[in-house]
Amino acid sequence: MGDNVIKLDYVIPGDDFSVAGEASSNVKKVLNQLGIPPFIVKKATISMYEAEINSVIHAGGGNAHVEIDNEKIVVEITDQGPGIPDIELAMQEGYSTAPDEIRELGFGAGMGLPNIKRYSDELEINTEVGKGTTVRITIRLKA
Amino acid sequence: MQNYFHSVTLDEKRCKGCTNCIKRCPTEAIRVRKSKARIIAERCIDCGECIRVCPQHAKKAITDPIETINSFKYKVAIPAPSLYGQFESKYSRNQILNALRRIGFDMVYEVAKAAEIVSSATRKLISEKNFKKPLISSACPAVVRLIQVRFPNLLDNILKLESPMEVAARIVKSEAAEKYKLAADEIGVFFISPCAAKVTSVKAPYEKEKSAVDGVISINDVYVKILLTMGKVKNGEELDLAGNEGISWAKPGGESIALGSDKFLAVDGIHNVISILEEIENDKLNDMEFVEALACTGGCLGGPLTVVNPYIARTRLKKHIEEARKKSKPDTGEKEYIQDLVWTGNVEYKPVMKLDEDFQKALKKLEALNQINKELPGLDCGACGAPSCRALAEDIVRGIANETDCIFKLREKVRSLAIQMMELEKKMPPVLDKDTNGHGDEDNNESR
Repeated sequence: MGDNVIKLDYVIPGDDFSVAGEASSNVKKVLNQLGIPPFIVKKATISMYEAEINSVIHAGGGNAHVEIDNEKIVVEITDQGPGIPDIELAMQEGYSTAPDEIRELGFGAGMGLPNIKRYSDELEINTEVGKGTTVRITIRLKA
Repeated sequence: MQNYFHSVTLDEKRCKGCTNCIKRCPTEAIRVRKSKARIIAERCIDCGECIRVCPQHAKKAITDPIETINSFKYKVAIPAPSLYGQFESKYSRNQILNALRRIGFDMVYEVAKAAEIVSSATRKLISEKNFKKPLISSACPAVVRLIQVRFPNLLDNILKLESPMEVAARIVKSEAAEKYKLAADEIGVFFISPCAAKVTSVKAPYEKEKSAVDGVISINDVYVKILLTMGKVKNGEELDLAGNEGISWAKPGGESIALGSDKFLAVDGIHNVISILEEIENDKLNDMEFVEALACTGGCLGGPLTVVNPYIARTRLKKHIEEARKKSKPDTGEKEYIQDLVWTGNVEYKPVMKLDEDFQKALKKLEALNQINKELPGLDCGACGAPSCRALAEDIVRGIANETDCIFKLREKVRSLAIQMMELEKKMPPVLDKDTNGHGDEDNNESR
């Protein structure tokens, strides 16, 4: 039977950096309990962490939905934020629209999306200016 | 292989089965069963956190009693630098070391001295830039074991050089053998230890086949003896050979400062260590060259086998560090040891949190776990013997606990049973029921 799917849901609270990263940290525990190889766990948690932080910085939080099955881990982070006007620009390393006070906290270095791309096997961004963004990250369990 | 030797053990007679230890254990390695705490061997990292929090003092570290030294012809003590912080400032380091020798040893050699050799080897390694950033100190064996069970992605970051304790033991063994023409098994080297994890690293080392140390004695066990002897050793032989760099290893940041780089981070206290390791695993501390992580709050000075409060000990240690800084360091020519400090063994990932070997089964179990967890009250009270509701849910799917172990669940079950009983109580088999057909005795008439 290969149709087992684990579904996990988290609320990402906005504007609270002290809890930012909690969802990805929880997912990491789950992945370790499943015995998923460490380097895959790392790919999944880093890309999810970056997406989680992005939703806190830019969109006042959002929701994380994770599905794990036989073949892959899919992380979907959805927010009702401002949306991304120019995805190509946003994908460039070092490009960030984060305000100064966020940068002072050590975030907003313009590495969020590039890092997600680097650590994920598939990345899908659906965004509409003024409405919000959904970032869908896929990590494959098998090569 | 003694895979799961542990220094931290339980004194059954003292344990009351309270929940203090299960709540504090960083690897969720303790459960209470039948009013006694049970340590899950493969998860325990010997950090000693449970020893510290147990109000009954039921958690102990197995160390060697001091009498063990008598089974060796030539007895050597190698004290951890944290020993110096245990005594009042009026005693000099040399006095402490001579007093230690007087309680039954032929020779005393400071682990602080060997720490300087390890520092210099680490400096060399960093200058060659051939390492994964950040390098994580292996000085604290509990942290290395923590990485093994919880942070497999950081195994390559561990500084794989022998500990000052091992280096000290090797130096004294070869020196004594040469000087007194002794066979290796005639020389007994004993580490005077602030912590339980060091006992484990001697009895079951991960970095090599066999430790060069023959036994571990707790600071606690020699403390009073040293104190009583101190007065008799005003002017002993010069045993204080270590410099300020080596002595500083006893406190957080000591090992880092000796590296001469600003790009270091020192963290102490096991729960703080865990959050820093999380940061490293998330690639957030890549600008650091070195991370010194110590399981005990206050570093080795806060070890569970020490005597005085770690903050008092740190103040006292400061004096010894300053004195050593002023004194010129004698060159004892140990440089030659630097070359062969690299571990011969290796540390591997121990996936102790895994629910099942089979991925499909693990997925099923996880699903069940999440479902059970949802139904539990979420109070994390510990009354079931597991540290949290989630941990109980995990134990249930592993088959080592039941849902009714939760007192709230049990209460719910009892209540619904009671309601059922009350309902059943109202029902009567027709042949016995004197109410139902109106042909009953006259005294039933009132109940109509």
